[in-house]
Amino acid sequence: MPAKSNQSGINKRLDDMTSEEYKKLSKPYVPGRPVFKNCIRAFLIGGLICVIGQGIQSGFMSVFGMNSKEAASPTVALLILISVILTSLGVYDKIAQWAGAGSAVPVTGFANSMCSAALEHRSEGLVLGVGGNMFKLAGSVIVFGTVAAFLVGIVYALLGLGGSH
Amino acid sequence: MKKLGSQTWQFTTRPVILGSSAVVGPEEGEGPLASDFDFIFDSLEMGEKTWEKAERALFMKASVMALENAGLDEEKLEYFVGGDLMNQIISSSFAARKLGVPYLGVFGACSTSMESLAIAAMIVDSGGGKYALAGTASHNCTVEKQFRYPTEYGSQKPPTSQYTVTGSGCAVVGQNDGTAKGPYIVFATLGKIMDLGLKDPLNMGAAMAPAAADTILSHFRDTGLSPGHYDLIVTGDLATVGLPIAKKLLADEGIPMEETTFNDCGLLIYDLDKQKYTIAGGSGCGCSAVVTYGHILKRMKKGELKRVLIVATGALLSPLSYQQGESIPCVAHAIALESGGEGA
Amino acid sequence: MIYLWAFLIGGAICVVGQVLMDIVKLTPAHTMSTLVVAGAIADAFGIYDPLVKFAGAGASVPITSFGYSLVHGALTELERDGWIGVVTGIFDITSAGISSAIVFSFLAALLVRPKG
Repeated sequence: MPAKSNQSGINKRLDDMTSEEYKKLSKPYVPGRPVFKNCIRAFLIGGLICVIGQGIQSGFMSVFGMNSKEAASPTVALLILISVILTSLGVYDKIAQWAGAGSAVPVTGFANSMCSAALEHRSEGLVLGVGGNMFKLAGSVIVFGTVAAFLVGIVYALLGLGGSH
Repeated sequence: MKKLGSQTWQFTTRPVILGSSAVVGPEEGEGPLASDFDFIFDSLEMGEKTWEKAERALFMKASVMALENAGLDEEKLEYFVGGDLMNQIISSSFAARKLGVPYLGVFGACSTSMESLAIAAMIVDSGGGKYALAGTASHNCTVEKQFRYPTEYGSQKPPTSQYTVTGSGCAVVGQNDGTAKGPYIVFATLGKIMDLGLKDPLNMGAAMAPAAADTILSHFRDTGLSPGHYDLIVTGDLATVGLPIAKKLLADEGIPMEETTFNDCGLLIYDLDKQKYTIAGGSGCGCSAVVTYGHILKRMKKGELKRVLIVATGALLSPLSYQQGESIPCVAHAIALESGGEGA
Repeated sequence: MIYLWAFLIGGAICVVGQVLMDIVKLTPAHTMSTLVVAGAIADAFGIYDPLVKFAGAGASVPITSFGYSLVHGALTELERDGWIGVVTGIFDITSAGISSAIVFSFLAALLVRPKG
């Protein structure tokens, strides 16, 4: 049976089709990601989470008389607690489907990755399940951040910059 | 039993599906086929402590109901052919433990439903036994946990991702002694691996479409039939992305699929407008199983469909193969069913 | 004013993440790792500190600030204790974040099951 020609120009029998030809043939059928819409949503939610963080930081500064440096740690801790609560309520993943990077990039996304892994692997016990799997998703962030910081530190030490910058 | 062409078995004694079951979770129970399912669990936990235990409960319930619907005592069952998506197909093994019969565990990913049915039919047709149970199951949460991310993890799914069906379908295959009213298993076309280099596990429909097209092509070539012979041809889970690609591949080969109704179980099981979380449509072992054993067999019993070709499609990747940069090998297994009674 | 800048800068960093996921087609894990390293490099060149002063939580809440804190800790200890400070200081500032994430996640796992 003769093969018919088609809009992507691929005119091959299935038996002979190469990977490149199939990728070209299937491309028009694969819906693209709505990048612009996703970016707007990420911007809005990401910005909102940072505004909430700013509010929390200002709260710690005025209520406990901390300066901005001292207030940074409790602010992060509170945001992480909020994220863990939302993850435990089963809500964070629903927000994330809408917000994309807007909920993944803030530290709340980091907490969500750890909490969701801990919850999921509770079924394998506390030691191997929760303990062994908590960093399944967050591990790469910690590893790469630490390695990068180490390399920066070494470079600074070698260049005799001493740490001030 | 006869071999036709290169990939097709013809079951000359025409084994019968004596009874079947389709058991699903709550989300499938909110879909358009809800009334065709034998039992709908009202929560994903199904009263169990872990997702994996829930998948086992699902599979056990379906296997027990299939035997009941077939009117077969558990002692009379001789074989169980089953598989699922879990590592080491653990859900099937636990269901087999309860059934206590010789067990053939198979892994075909989402093509397991028709792969297991083909083997069960072969056992019965060749005289290896009188009664064989074929079944499969999948659970949305166990699959997300094993293949993708923890269920509460906030990752944004792209428009090509499919939703794993929480469902189990089983069928009791028996000898055709002239008394049973069908449906009959007539042909099985066994698929070969098709891997056209796609790597994205969140776009499985496009990866599996060539396998479906290849098996359908082989079926028509081996049997000499044409699409018009069937009232309905369904693929397992190509969904919104894969089905149009399969249609195009078959059109390019000159196969007149317009002679029949060509649809997909992943599109039938959910209302994609109402159930937006399913994104591109259903997938999973349970998808083709519950749509076939629940919805399609009921339509055949009612006389709406006489001859159906079910082409279950599977993506045979592992979580590691993807991380190691490999592409996705796919397979599709087809079973041809004919209704019994006045329809035959 | 700082609230406005927190919103704009925080949102912008998230948009960078979205572009990495949607256009460069990185996985979330790859995206976050990239952003952390970017934050570390930014602090190496001394540009993240002023960003934090100017945008407040808009710079300290996104995961990029994790890289910044790791480098900051290392460099502060380096100045104080010499070479060994590079390893002893890395987790100084980030300790609050990592510790609270571990503790709260553990407690959650004790109390709650995933909902699917």
